Amino acid sequence: MILRSLECRFLTIALCDAAEPWQLGSQDAATPMMQGIIDLHHDIFFFLILILVFVSRMLVRALWHFNEQTNPIPQRIVHGTTIEIIRTIFPSVILLFIAIPSFALLYSMDGVLVDPAITIKAIGHQWYRTYEYSDYNSSDEQSLTFDSYTIPEDDPELGQSRLLEVDNRVVVPAKTHLRMIVTPADVPHSWAVPSSGVKCDAVPGRSNLTSISVQREGVYYGQCSEIRGTNHAFTPIVVEAVTLKDYADWVSNQLILQTN
Amino acid sequence: MAEIEIKTAPADFRFPTTNQTRHCFTRYVEFHRCVSAKGDEAAECDKFAKYYRSLCPAEWVDKWNEQRENGTFAGPL
Ligand SMILES: [Cu+2]
Repeated sequence: MILRSLECRFLTIALCDAAEPWQLGSQDAATPMMQGIIDLHHDIFFFLILILVFVSRMLVRALWHFNEQTNPIPQRIVHGTTIEIIRTIFPSVILLFIAIPSFALLYSMDGVLVDPAITIKAIGHQWYRTYEYSDYNSSDEQSLTFDSYTIPEDDPELGQSRLLEVDNRVVVPAKTHLRMIVTPADVPHSWAVPSSGVKCDAVPGRSNLTSISVQREGVYYGQCSEIRGTNHAFTPIVVEAVTLKDYADWVSNQLILQTN
Repeated sequence: MAEIEIKTAPADFRFPTTNQTRHCFTRYVEFHRCVSAKGDEAAECDKFAKYYRSLCPAEWVDKWNEQRENGTFAGPL
């Protein structure tokens, strides 16, 4: 198991787009957003280790040198201007170095003012999701909509992930700007796909937007992340990214299927 | 149906936030105001219809349509 997750980390035979047993790190990035999140994590980890080493050293040194045996009479220094200036400025600089990339990522993530090519509505239900592709409608009558149910535990075929596979996947074109509109029909839900760096809450009576642009074709797995009610944890999300041409074919096929 | 057109409602500078509830509602109201001003067949209104259909969950549209028929719709029509 550990070997498998190491394999997943370092020997990139296939990219990790679903959760692995004993996984410690993130899944591989499929969008620039997720790449940014992973990079920020690594940036912050640098400072984290720096602080850990520095604080541990001070702690161990203090315990080693200043105890009853080695130093029976304690010094009573209550004030030191230089050290106080240093220990105020230095952490602020570290915080600044964390804050700058963090805010840059945050603001680049809600790039709401980019014209998307496709709008997909993900409507959360207990315990399935309805996807509406309404760009191709000519009336209020829905023309392309389907439900996406979990494959039951005793049912998966060889190669399918247990409780992570659905009957109807969301098909999206790769390298295209997508607008996901997320809303529920009953309790709160959350539409989350780790590889694409998206976790968007679905709040009743409100529709939330998240934009993604999947950079490579593949199948991406996620799970509902707002877990209200029994069995709610078993509401997977499967995104299948295909070429724009295959997407167009899929849409026309679906439209023919659903109108007949 | 041979070729589909990959096109959707554009980003709107009036609604730059994650919360797009009002975006959908406004487009729905805009369509119905357009229809009542220019008549049922006006081609200019079609784009608003496309926008709200892209942005609004079908359930909301159904509910609002029903409310308009009953005269209880809350928006400025
Ligand atoms: Cu849910």
